[in-house]
Amino acid sequence: MGAYLLRRLLQLVPVLIGMTIVTFAVVHFIPGDPAQTIAGEKATPERVEEIRKELGLDQPLYRQYVQYMGNLLQGDLGDSLVTNRPIVEEVVPYLAATIELVVASMLIAVFWGVNLGIFSAWRHHSAWDFFAMIIALLGISIPVFWLGLMEQWLFAQTLDWLPSNGRMDPRIGMEPITHFYVVDTILYGDLEVLWDVLKHLILPAIALSTVPMAIIARITRSSMLEVMRADYVRTAKAKGLSEFTVIYKHTLKNAFIPILTVIGLQTGTLLGGAVLTETIFSWPGMGRYLYTAISERDYTVVQSGILIVATLFVLVNLLVDLLYTCLDPRIQYERK
Amino acid sequence: MELERARSEIILNRKKRKKMIRRFFRHRSALFGSMMILFLLLLALLAPLVTPYTFSEKSDDLMQAPSGTHWFGTDEMGRDLFTRVLFGARISLWIGFVAVTGSLILGGLLGLVAGYFGGRWDMLISRLFDILLAFPGILLAIAIVTILGPGLNHALLAISIINVPIFGRLMRSSVLRVKEEDYIVSAKAIGASTERIIFQHILPNCWTPLIVQGSLSFATAVIEAAALGFLGLGAEPPIPEWGTMLADSRPFIQTAPWLMIFPGIFILFTVLGFNLIGDGLRDMFDRK
Repeated sequence: MGAYLLRRLLQLVPVLIGMTIVTFAVVHFIPGDPAQTIAGEKATPERVEEIRKELGLDQPLYRQYVQYMGNLLQGDLGDSLVTNRPIVEEVVPYLAATIELVVASMLIAVFWGVNLGIFSAWRHHSAWDFFAMIIALLGISIPVFWLGLMEQWLFAQTLDWLPSNGRMDPRIGMEPITHFYVVDTILYGDLEVLWDVLKHLILPAIALSTVPMAIIARITRSSMLEVMRADYVRTAKAKGLSEFTVIYKHTLKNAFIPILTVIGLQTGTLLGGAVLTETIFSWPGMGRYLYTAISERDYTVVQSGILIVATLFVLVNLLVDLLYTCLDPRIQYERK
Repeated sequence: MELERARSEIILNRKKRKKMIRRFFRHRSALFGSMMILFLLLLALLAPLVTPYTFSEKSDDLMQAPSGTHWFGTDEMGRDLFTRVLFGARISLWIGFVAVTGSLILGGLLGLVAGYFGGRWDMLISRLFDILLAFPGILLAIAIVTILGPGLNHALLAISIINVPIFGRLMRSSVLRVKEEDYIVSAKAIGASTERIIFQHILPNCWTPLIVQGSLSFATAVIEAAALGFLGLGAEPPIPEWGTMLADSRPFIQTAPWLMIFPGIFILFTVLGFNLIGDGLRDMFDRK
């Protein structure tokens, strides 16, 4: 396992370097002059030139890249051009907000997706199977941002059941500890605020979870159908085990590898979809952070923000690969 | 004799193709999906005949609810929503078509080079795909449009680029599979040129997975274009793009929900249609 982990981490190096090149390129080709942006519209040309020198923008591109990489390796993501604060510090609450949203969505997606898929496979070729797959098909086809708007209109504005914006009631003054509000409220032991936080989480999490839920449901169904034909499933049934045990213990466990792969890949969809969902629900996460940065031409934030999200995605997929071994002992990476 | 055999083979191939087409239309979801898209295409093409209004024509009927004169109601400038949605179908179908064709050609070409020539080329192109795939698609599209500036054409280009690695990887694996077949080895043995081998022998045997992916990517391209439009990075007003229309409807969500409901339903309808076709094609080619 150790050797495999090391090899996988080494394989990540060229991808990560490539990603830094892409984000670096993105920022350096963005139209508009960052130095002018910082100096403001009324600044004198001398002042703009001064700032350009300060930022190293007068250097050749490759030098700027080397400098950027050097800083990155020391954990320095640069300072925001708008707030002048180090991005490493500034990004924490945004990142926590997005991770909280993505984790909540993934939990919803996995729970409903896996069970819908199992149900569909269990009642194969029945009206229920057909119905479940129609739901999955609709889930794949629905635009996240439209679903978000519809939810807002129906559940927040018309029925007034749930809040439509933000992470918690703004009147509640809570000093964040971990910036994961669900965790924080539990740490404070304040159940009322926890309920408020959860209520804020429901609508965006559901909107974000539909696509992965549908894809997981489809994969679970086909994977389960394949495994259900196996001899050991028949044996388990013949032994007189309950249907629940056969499905959840014997079949699902062996059908889970492709499901896990999809879960990993869907994290990317979630991180991307978060940009849209966060915009709609005013969720102060990475998506909104990036979106604001783009409109304010805060190029260091754009650069580092995209890099952080992409790195997160790469790491999740690495984690999924490592989980394979835990699930299926037949997969042994060392001997490969 | 040889000629006879070749002729009968051609006839056999034709029969096979006919059988495929028949199988496609017998596939319920494929048939249903094709009908949906055909219906949409007709609506889009015949839009000027179907509706008496034009998409940018303003009137004094501001924010009217759906009625006999305005089937989907009107927007805050008094424009007929039904007309705008219909003309929006033209844009979305066009975006899907161009973006998918672009990424299919570029991705296919890169995948072909990587798979056929292997070695350093493969290494280089595959890493490029890895890097592009490491970014969540829409995020990369946002980044690209940020560089190029907002606009429909730039959004198109961005969507094409983010789909390139998907087609590229598919093509590469198809080429790797076909490359080892006997007929390629024989073609090489009789001294066929590289171009001939690629265009006559490899490509015709590699396109099926790309076609399936093409129809599925059509669906995602429509959503991605609408998403960029929604974020204000796609089509610019007064172009009736569905995503942009959804973004514009936000301030009126409570007073005029139809402005949000109808463009969304049409996006869903289009995407659903292409997904159904894609599912059908996949079942057809990938029969176990």
